[in-house]
Amino acid sequence: MSSPEKWVGRSVERFEDEALLTGRARFIDDLEPASGLCHAAILRSPYGCADILRVDASAAQRLPGILGVLTPDDVAAMSKPIGNLVSRKLSYFPIAVGRARYFGEPVAVVVAESRYIAEDALDLIEVEYASRTAVVDPEAAASGDAPVLHDTLGTNVAHERWFRYGDPENAFAQANRIVSFKVSYPRVNSTPIETYGVIADYDAGNRRYTVWSNFQGPYALHPIMCDALRVRGHELRLISAPSSGGSFGIKQGVYPYIVLIALAARKFGRPVKWIEDRLEHLAASSAASGRVTKVDGAFAGSGELLGLRFEQIENVGAYLRPPEPAALYRMHSTVSGPYRVRNISVHNRAVVTNQVPSGLNRGFGGPQFYFPLERMMDKAARELGIDPVELRLRNIVRAHEFPYDSPAGSRLESGNYEKCIALALAKAGYQKLLRERDAARAAGRKFGIGIAVAVETSASNMAYVNLALTHAQRLKSLPKSGANARARVIMDPLGSVIVHIDSLPNGQGHRTVVAQIVADELGVEPKDVTVVSELDTFGGAWSITSGNYSNRFSTTVTSAVALAARKGAAKLRAVAAPALGVSPDAVRLADGMAYAAGGRNEPIPIRQLAAQLHWDSGALPDDVDGPISELVEFVPAGLSVPDEGDRIRSSLTYSFQCDLAAVEVNPRTGASAVHKYVTVHDAGNLLNPALVDGQILGGFAHGFGAGMLERVVYSADGTLLSGTFQDYLCPTAPELPHLEIAHISTPSPSTAHGAKGLGDGCSMIAPAALANAIADATGLDDMAPPFLPGRIWQLLQGKDPDVILRQPAPSPSALDGAPLLQGALRGRDRIDIPAPRQAVWDALLHPESLRQIIPGCESVELAGDIYRARVGIAVAGIGATYDAELRMFDRHEPERLRLSGKATSKLGFGTGEAYVTFTETAPGHTVLTYEYAADVGGRLAAFGHRMLDGIVRMLLASFFSRLRAHLRGEEQPGRLHAWLRSPWLMLSAMWTRR
Amino acid sequence: MKAAPFDYLRPDMLDETLAALAQYGADARIIAGGQSLGAMLNMRILSPKALIDINGLDDLAHVSVASDMIATGAMVRQSDAMVDRRIRDHVPLLARALPYVGHYQTRNRGTLGGSVAHADPSAEIPLALAILGGEVELRSRRGRRRVKAVDFFQSALVTAREPDELLTALYWPARKPRHGYAFTEFALRHGDYAIVAVACVAEMTADGALSVLRFGFGGCGERPQIVAREGAPGSEHLDDETISAMARSAAAEIECRTDLMASADYRRQLAGVLAESALAAAAAEPVAHA
Repeated sequence: MSSPEKWVGRSVERFEDEALLTGRARFIDDLEPASGLCHAAILRSPYGCADILRVDASAAQRLPGILGVLTPDDVAAMSKPIGNLVSRKLSYFPIAVGRARYFGEPVAVVVAESRYIAEDALDLIEVEYASRTAVVDPEAAASGDAPVLHDTLGTNVAHERWFRYGDPENAFAQANRIVSFKVSYPRVNSTPIETYGVIADYDAGNRRYTVWSNFQGPYALHPIMCDALRVRGHELRLISAPSSGGSFGIKQGVYPYIVLIALAARKFGRPVKWIEDRLEHLAASSAASGRVTKVDGAFAGSGELLGLRFEQIENVGAYLRPPEPAALYRMHSTVSGPYRVRNISVHNRAVVTNQVPSGLNRGFGGPQFYFPLERMMDKAARELGIDPVELRLRNIVRAHEFPYDSPAGSRLESGNYEKCIALALAKAGYQKLLRERDAARAAGRKFGIGIAVAVETSASNMAYVNLALTHAQRLKSLPKSGANARARVIMDPLGSVIVHIDSLPNGQGHRTVVAQIVADELGVEPKDVTVVSELDTFGGAWSITSGNYSNRFSTTVTSAVALAARKGAAKLRAVAAPALGVSPDAVRLADGMAYAAGGRNEPIPIRQLAAQLHWDSGALPDDVDGPISELVEFVPAGLSVPDEGDRIRSSLTYSFQCDLAAVEVNPRTGASAVHKYVTVHDAGNLLNPALVDGQILGGFAHGFGAGMLERVVYSADGTLLSGTFQDYLCPTAPELPHLEIAHISTPSPSTAHGAKGLGDGCSMIAPAALANAIADATGLDDMAPPFLPGRIWQLLQGKDPDVILRQPAPSPSALDGAPLLQGALRGRDRIDIPAPRQAVWDALLHPESLRQIIPGCESVELAGDIYRARVGIAVAGIGATYDAELRMFDRHEPERLRLSGKATSKLGFGTGEAYVTFTETAPGHTVLTYEYAADVGGRLAAFGHRMLDGIVRMLLASFFSRLRAHLRGEEQPGRLHAWLRSPWLMLSAMWTRR
Repeated sequence: MKAAPFDYLRPDMLDETLAALAQYGADARIIAGGQSLGAMLNMRILSPKALIDINGLDDLAHVSVASDMIATGAMVRQSDAMVDRRIRDHVPLLARALPYVGHYQTRNRGTLGGSVAHADPSAEIPLALAILGGEVELRSRRGRRRVKAVDFFQSALVTAREPDELLTALYWPARKPRHGYAFTEFALRHGDYAIVAVACVAEMTADGALSVLRFGFGGCGERPQIVAREGAPGSEHLDDETISAMARSAAAEIECRTDLMASADYRRQLAGVLAESALAAAAAEPVAHA
């Protein structure tokens, strides 16, 4: 009759999947919640950094189907900057006001009857930019001599703090050995299948915005959005979409677009929908912060870690967008990791760079922290001559020491790190692997084993964000603390159950797990429980902590659900008890029935009790206040503000994880083959083991991707080079090695079911475990992810792994007397022309002959030493009209000259430099030599850099054939593969230099 | 990511198609499978006045076998070519290259002709056509001509096709006796653009010496690069060392570019490594069939 087994802890199949897998789930783009919906498209900066001199939307406004264009001036007039915690001098609007500071930053919003028309209009908006020197490298940004992004701030260091725990100076003085590791950890994207989406409506009568979106929280950002829109809380209603196409944190970053599209809806008096496309997503949604870390470990001869010293420079991108600089602080109270070290110093800086602002993304702040720590531990093991596993075992918090208070304030409540590591070794067959490694090495192969361990923090105490303030500043600011969760459990008169939760699942299976929990408490089947995970700020079950972040679902949200369900169950028991003839405590709820434990009376169907609660309120026992509609706030104990020593318990639960990787590197190709990868987790009690393993697999895909393939790459001038999935490489199923998963469980005493969090785990430490294995295999220590074969091979040759990203040093020319040329794209050639030197010179320099030689050339003007031209260039049909400006100097007629210039079009922009010589080798015969160096930015560079070299040479070759024909007095060929201009115009149009 | 407006034409007849091409010229793009073109249109890297859809030209979807040539119509889908027995038997190199082309889903739409006309420097089908000495048939209202593949591919995305011409067929020389064919490539992910792709054709004499050797390299420069060794390049015994030396010397001759994923040095290294395994495989084939 009754099932002895609880639903919680079982691998119940996901209730979400049928709709998802049959294409019936409803996402933000499926919604048309208001009539008269129109569509927005966003014009975006092609520059990494540029002043915006003029935005002229008049031509766009005239396009049929256009409602209008929202400009930076509109946004500045209608809203306030989005505030941040640490600096009022750093102004951030959701559009570039005055200056664009990252590639893809919004510059104007077109609203039209369709997205197609809106995008047509984008091409008609004239924006005059004055490009500025971009700052892409965080260390350069931190140094005093880099250009300043925000004049009002006067520096690129937006935030700086020092922390000290214990006596780090003494620890380093006592150390037997100090081991240092430095890395510039790259940025990664989240790349969910579904991009951002916002639908905004403005009710002018009630002065109220209603916004549907796939924002995932934290709803602490709701007051920030209200402030930016200059409205009160009830004047911005946020409604989430029913289903989400994934997030991994990044859907937090949609909120500036909520503000932007809300303003557009208000300006044009129509509901506006904006669905981000993939190019926008990769360029301008958000990214994980990059971080330059130097970590020093002070070790005793025994291998005991005595002290740690961190120097961290966080690359938050162009603005400090809330909740940043929180990524620097999410792991801060766990800065000792799983180790017993108590003497620690930390120097943090957050710098602004010409990159997209950072935000929540795959274990917010975790990968950036654990990579250097775990690499340093590995390096230390080698330097100390201790097995890396053994070194960790000597330093981890011991099982008998829990609960353990970390020096920076984390309370590691429960754990058994030795057991977890031992299980990982057993699963991996560590001793056998060591023998395999020996054998492989004996055969000259590069085989390595890597281990990494981590504490995973879950259910963030929102107070941690305030670590970015000094204690004195905190005393003057609004105190923040807690990691609350809210849930409502309702039972209707027919006995079915509705549960409202305050998390927004992005694919984790919240509905299934909540149904399991409620089914256990109320004695019903999970299928009788409907879980509403859509949030509406006009509804009851939300608060500022709501949202899907920091593993709060398995910890606090489930606790709130359990508490609410227990209150409901108490009502069922109270109503059933008299009829069953027992006390309420003796009523057991299971299988849809209320049983009297040991009683003789017939069990009562729960739906009958539900009906009674609704239909017969007058007869309810005194302690039952009405039908089941239980709204509960779970307020975890012990989460308070940071103390005067910057100690804080920043999370409610602390899981543990050990990853072990065995990798063989092919020295001929640089490719790494993962032979074995084992991950062992202690996430406390598991609510649904199948979902847990799904989370771990997904986290591993992210961690593997970040370790081996993915990174956000900008050129030195701030052009995004990883702007499509052709260049931003997410792992796909065939790339992922087999993952072996195992668990141990030390329950959390702080959550209803003893569960801890686990969503981030492998995404945080797989890059470190893989790096340790590759370092073990190759002896390469100084390497940052991703470990792409080409980068590893370069390193094995002792070469720069990122040669393409370096601004090449000015290099001397092969040509006699040539100046130093700068630019990433280079070329030189020598052309024989059967014409006298003066004729060649004249043809190339005379505006009218140039106009004739250059097909597609609309005009050439010469003013002093400056040419101005308008030229259509198309290669393989890829074309645009370029406005070019070019200056001649070092002009020695008719022998040589030097040129530099710039040009812009809808497809791209550039400046370039060229040196040209003319030598008459025989009468009527000239040899022209040229050398160029250039860079290119904008759409072409972002999406077509694979082709650029070839295109430029093609253009040059075709140009010179035309020149020869011109000098021979022949008619220009009727058809060319490319429309061309002279080399310098062409260079200036397509290639930039700084 | 919405294409700019264009006229859409879907002719049923070749004549109509050629007339449309004559009318629009360089302002038209031809769409076959659309696996590269679709993305370029949506990114507005291309904004043609007209899109001429040749999916209605059923005559272009045939494979025919003549004595020494296999003709594949421009609209033969990559997935159909992969399972076509005639291609497997007579053009083994193409059959071996096709699994590297994109993914199942893209091969279902992508065509042989479209890949050749697009002329991506990393594409496998152009490389296979070039190393085999294949030809491209182009038709326009002005007439019909055949261009050698090595002349057809001029640069990245640039070909010898005139704006009013339609690529109608590819001509693949049939496999020859005592020849071995191999194709291999290195990409960062399954189905990605090749960092380097290498094709190899080797003829072995009856006594096991190498009499003809051709390497084709894709992904390295702007177009497929062929390195041919004439006149009994491996008259002595073809051991590992010889193979390696031949592979490296061929790789040393090609042009290699640097991009985000690979430096020129690394490309050359990979070219050598892949050429080695390609030659070993190609040289073994006639022996295995002997």
